[in-house]
Amino acid sequence: MEVGICSYGVYIPKYRIEVEEIAEVWDEDAESIKNGLKIKQKSVPDTDEDTATIAVEAARNAVKRGKMSASEIGAVYVGSESHPYAVKPTATIVAEAIGATPDLTAADYEFACKAGTAGIQTNLALVKSDMIDYGMAVGADVSQGAPGDALEYSAGAGGGAYLIGKKDVVAKIEETVSYTTDTPDFWRREGKDYPEHGGRFTGEPGYFKHVIAATKNLLNKTETDPSYYDYAVFHQPNGKFPTRAAKKLGFKKEQFKDALLVSEIGNTYSGSTLIGLASVLDKSDPGDDILVTSYGSGAGSDSFKLKVTENIKDIQKEEPKLESFLKEEKHLSYGSYARHKGKVK
Amino acid sequence: MDQEELLLFIFYLGRFDIITVPRFWRKIVNRYNLLGTKCEECGEFYFPPRNLCPSCRRKGDIETYRFNGTGKLVTYTVIRSAADIHEKETPYILGIVELEEGSRLTSYIIDCDIDDVEIGIKVKPVFRRLGEESEEGLIYYGIKFTPVN
Ligand SMILES: [Zn+2]
Repeated sequence: MEVGICSYGVYIPKYRIEVEEIAEVWDEDAESIKNGLKIKQKSVPDTDEDTATIAVEAARNAVKRGKMSASEIGAVYVGSESHPYAVKPTATIVAEAIGATPDLTAADYEFACKAGTAGIQTNLALVKSDMIDYGMAVGADVSQGAPGDALEYSAGAGGGAYLIGKKDVVAKIEETVSYTTDTPDFWRREGKDYPEHGGRFTGEPGYFKHVIAATKNLLNKTETDPSYYDYAVFHQPNGKFPTRAAKKLGFKKEQFKDALLVSEIGNTYSGSTLIGLASVLDKSDPGDDILVTSYGSGAGSDSFKLKVTENIKDIQKEEPKLESFLKEEKHLSYGSYARHKGKVK
Repeated sequence: MDQEELLLFIFYLGRFDIITVPRFWRKIVNRYNLLGTKCEECGEFYFPPRNLCPSCRRKGDIETYRFNGTGKLVTYTVIRSAADIHEKETPYILGIVELEEGSRLTSYIIDCDIDDVEIGIKVKPVFRRLGEESEEGLIYYGIKFTPVN
């Protein structure tokens, strides 16, 4: 049975703020930050945008591009670390706004930046077991970095939505594995506006350990090696981490460069891996093999092996593609950025 | 302007002090997907939805219809001072949009500089926050319109 991605859509707010603009306010050296993080700018939501509106726009784009009837969707899972309510699901808002209600199951997921890929795995299992025909998995965030914290340069906004099913599959999900441990590298307590993190040395026990282990486990399980893949997509908290992890695993720049968007839009957290995958799917050919590994602090990674089918050509004809969100940019000064984020009342 | 449109207009002004939002909340949710009706007898479209076709009356055949969303701006007004709830956003634009199929509704027109807004421009719906009851209260989501490039 062929189960996989039937359609996908993304949404990225059009506002951007450049590293220079933030560095100037905190009297820091923009060039060394840009080199350190490999980030040029990040996306910023409009004053009336949040995780729910971004999730809805991405989900609507997935339904539209797949030309499907939303009433066939049997499950909606929305992964985020910035759900608008502490109690009241984002998934019900999304389900209502795409017209999938009321005959479906829905829930929110939380696992730092990998809650969206966790939703893909759940939908995959529901479809494989014939409990539903289609399931929607969304990863979206409007993340905050405390003013003056290193995260302020990278915390962006955006989301990706994937429709999982077995009809007209555009990319088969041939295998998935996960790697999970209890690692306190990044957290936010209930009721607090900004996250805390373990500092600059959390990369090794956090991101690198989990991304590399999950990817290696997937390669072993599928008896493939890095050279087998046309594209590799990794979670991108900055430009440096995915590049270093990919090289360590033995992937070449040509394989992972097309998914790297963090320099243009920042770290979109739960949206990050899903937006990176969309950019690759938008340009892939039938028969292409794609490896995807997400990462969520706390910590864990989900790794997937995908094979693109002939149907990809139909989706690629449909707008809006990822590229259209990169073209339309409005740049903000730090002052208007602070108002956008509600930091200055 | 019928009563529902009038209530929404007050809602768009942020005057949650003079209307009871939960009372017509369900109608706002209906607007997420621009669900209206169509009379199969005469071909007329209705938004907000009507259960009776005023032209065909008893002979009418009313069906639920989902508007495709694109339309044009028929008229607009710039709101320069609003209730506290919308203070941050002023000035903002409220407009009347005529949907492609032929019904009209009031909505915010966003992502458009006040100097650039013009009667007749093509618009499409986007999903945004419309406001919130209070910092502890409900968040209102719904449709706003934005110019099509
Ligand atoms: Zn009629």
